[in-house]
Amino acid sequence: MNLRNAGDDVARAVWTALGAIADPEIPVVSIVELGIVRDVRCGDDECVVTLTPTYSGCPAMRVIESDVQSALALVTNRPLRIVTALTPPWTSDAIAPEARRKLAAAGIAPPGEVSRIVFQREAVRCPNCGSMRTEEIARFGSTACKAQYRCRDCLEPFDYFKPH
Amino acid sequence: MLEEDIASTNVGLDLLGQARLWLAYAGEIDGRSEDRLAYFRESGDFRNLLLVEQPNGNYADTIARQYLFDQWHVLVLAELATSKDSRIAAIAAKALTEVRYHVERSSRWVIRLGDGTDLSHGRMQAATDALWMYTGEMHIADASERPLIEAGIAADVEALRVPWLADVRSVFAEATLTVPADSWMQGANGRGGKQGVHTEHLSHLLAEMQVLPRTYPDARW
Ligand SMILES: [Zn+2]
Repeated sequence: MNLRNAGDDVARAVWTALGAIADPEIPVVSIVELGIVRDVRCGDDECVVTLTPTYSGCPAMRVIESDVQSALALVTNRPLRIVTALTPPWTSDAIAPEARRKLAAAGIAPPGEVSRIVFQREAVRCPNCGSMRTEEIARFGSTACKAQYRCRDCLEPFDYFKPH
Repeated sequence: MLEEDIASTNVGLDLLGQARLWLAYAGEIDGRSEDRLAYFRESGDFRNLLLVEQPNGNYADTIARQYLFDQWHVLVLAELATSKDSRIAAIAAKALTEVRYHVERSSRWVIRLGDGTDLSHGRMQAATDALWMYTGEMHIADASERPLIEAGIAADVEALRVPWLADVRSVFAEATLTVPADSWMQGANGRGGKQGVHTEHLSHLLAEMQVLPRTYPDARW
């Protein structure tokens, strides 16, 4: 999904700055790669950045908003307005392919495709040794967006970014 | 148990996030802020189901309460996701992605405990039996809900009794649990959570939640 507007230089600079903001809970990926930034519109009198929460109770949203404020203050002096959009709801399908590789490299198994997986037992690849012989330890992990898994070959526990 | 502690917290976090979205919307209509609605109303002003204010008890009690609620919640949100009020539809669609996980988790626990040892089975059955009288209210529309249901804004909760019971029966069958017989249901006489008539447990929950902002009304977080 490409919601970027063919905009002016300011909007491009804003997108670049947003692309450098790491997700507070999973700092190996940026908020743009996670699909949290929906839209940027820069007019003469203000910049409007539309964000969408991964989970409605995501405690990182406030931190993300304040990170956006500080990052954008460096690239534009237009007043910033942050809008939260719920529709369509964020799903893990919004995570960019490059971010999936970064998650795996950081030891977090990236999510499968939501449409194929919800309510079925999914096969999850161990980010450590690549084995598919893995099992779920718990439905929820260190953050709301992850589940805990264990590899039955290398025996390492790991986080799985849940498709949702 | 650490994993389950985290899971319960995460479910709670989702529900808190959803509650904030609902309260913020209610507040826009009603003129009070989300915090005002959460922290400065008395128990009689709350309209929650009696089921969700019941104490944690042992883990079977906690799971029974969670499951019976989740199974209803997921059906209600699916209905609300097609509400004619676009804001309600948006919040419901968002919450639904989360609540599908909740019911998946709690139903697995019902099965694990029900179809577990004699002890866990006994506790799961006892918990279900004790909470059953709070499930009738979930499917009774209050006078204030009816016009909203007719206008296509609110979910027709009475129509959800049949699918809810079918889902509960199928999970209980796998869990080797007996579905309790319907007898007296709390709130069926029009004096339940939806009318602001609560069990004493709500006041204890509110006391803990509201003490800080009431003691320090200017506190910011
Ligand atoms: Zn492995």
